[in-house]
Amino acid sequence: MKFVFLSGSKVGTKTRTALNYAQHVLAEKYPAVEATMIDLGEYDVVFSDGRNYLEYQGDTGVVVQAIMNADAIVIGTPIFQASIPGTLKNVFDLLPENALRDKVASMIVTAGSSKHYLVAEHQLKPILAYMKAQIVQTYVFIEEQDFYRKEIVNDDVLFRMDRLIDDTVLLAETYLKLHEQKEAEYGF
Amino acid sequence: MKKYRIDPSKGLEFGIYTLGDHIPNPYTGERISAEQRIHEIIELAKLAEQAGVDFFSVGESHQAYFTTQAHAVVLSAIAQATSKLKIGSSSTIISTSDPVRVYENFATLDLISHGRAELVAGRASRIGLFELLGYNLRDYEALFEEKFDLLLKINEEEIVNWTGEFRAPLRDAQILPRPLHGSIPIWRAVGGTPASAVKAGYAGVPMFMAHLGGPATVFKRTIDSYREAARRKGFDPSELPVATAGFFYVAETTQDALREYYPHINEGMKVTNGQGFSRQLWAQGADTRSIINVGSPQQVIEKILYQHELFGHQRYIAQMDFGGVPFDKLARNIEMIGTEILPAIKKYTAVPQGAEQS
Repeated sequence: MKFVFLSGSKVGTKTRTALNYAQHVLAEKYPAVEATMIDLGEYDVVFSDGRNYLEYQGDTGVVVQAIMNADAIVIGTPIFQASIPGTLKNVFDLLPENALRDKVASMIVTAGSSKHYLVAEHQLKPILAYMKAQIVQTYVFIEEQDFYRKEIVNDDVLFRMDRLIDDTVLLAETYLKLHEQKEAEYGF
Repeated sequence: MKKYRIDPSKGLEFGIYTLGDHIPNPYTGERISAEQRIHEIIELAKLAEQAGVDFFSVGESHQAYFTTQAHAVVLSAIAQATSKLKIGSSSTIISTSDPVRVYENFATLDLISHGRAELVAGRASRIGLFELLGYNLRDYEALFEEKFDLLLKINEEEIVNWTGEFRAPLRDAQILPRPLHGSIPIWRAVGGTPASAVKAGYAGVPMFMAHLGGPATVFKRTIDSYREAARRKGFDPSELPVATAGFFYVAETTQDALREYYPHINEGMKVTNGQGFSRQLWAQGADTRSIINVGSPQQVIEKILYQHELFGHQRYIAQMDFGGVPFDKLARNIEMIGTEILPAIKKYTAVPQGAEQS
């Protein structure tokens, strides 16, 4: 099984810090799962111009192909201006409309205050649903006050993170099994 | 229909099209050479003619895993290898080509084939071509509309006066050679959306509609919008032929057909589009109501007749070679078309003279 951790912003460190922790949990508990970290801050991704995703060159091609090849995607996003960052939205724009079909997606959200709690619910989830992802319903929301010098210091967040990784692996494995079972029924 | 060389009294025309894809056989992982692929396409056209197929067309796609970028050249070889079959493109990307050059090619093809050439003009589904040939994707729509209009004008008038945005003006320009009968049928390729079909209707040109899958009734709406749009602009829809094109495969049983063709479609879609073809959608393809004409000969006959009842179209064009299907399987398909499918669909779709549908 392949996991991609997608850190959706070019600026800041909190989302990446949270994803690093999530990746660490995955490696500890599920060593057989292959994981790739894609931090959009480290890639030079062009804006979507409507071409087929296979035709993008360079970093853009690397990012979209990694996502297309994944079984599960853990999306990390900060909240900017009460919405997801443009860098993250651009990744969705680069992909085909049913790109997340047969994939599991889960979310880790970092924000300055609790007032942005519903941004993921109202903005990110509809996009993931539209792109046919199997969504892990419970996401981890992390506030500014939960970090101290690039570390998460709130045990509630750490516990929730463990559960998120468990849930993502469980859903991905279950979905894979269900899918295989269903496909076997067709007889072709 | 006469202008487009179609005689409804002979029944629904049956065609075969290839996109000229050059994809490994998913069963063996092997890919034949480009040389062999092109020759197999020419052989396929010869077999199609022997089986009594009406039309054969070759597509233009400028990307990895395709071989017929110079589709007019391949068609020219087919023209020489056959004598009755109508031949055409499916489609010619007019947006990024010069209509004068395209017309010269196809008028020449018409002379080589003694009046059997047709042209299907499309807008391109990939943008690599725009970069390759130096066009700006922002002009996507304007490029197609302008060049398609010019192409139609050249077809109607031997001496052309024209100015536009994307090409040098033409002043008393004589476009030669002229096709055998003065003009050739020019179709507009439509990807299946009503918006695109409406534009074909407004232009009063025949519509060549390609589709991947789904229920046939969905495409009826598109065809209805096309005819309605044509009527609104003062054209007579009964004079405008409609062609539908999509996946086709026959085997002894419907299960065999689904099973044999699926890996080709799935792997072929993966290498050309990056995502496989949904098995769920493919399984639904066996249903009589589905637009995908895959099944036993009897099942395919029923589907084509059902679609003809819905659409009242004049031509159906089958794509049976997508995804590295080996030649012996294609030959077997054509044999079943000739012996079982064609006689049945011709028999049930022939319209008595003077009683054409509108």
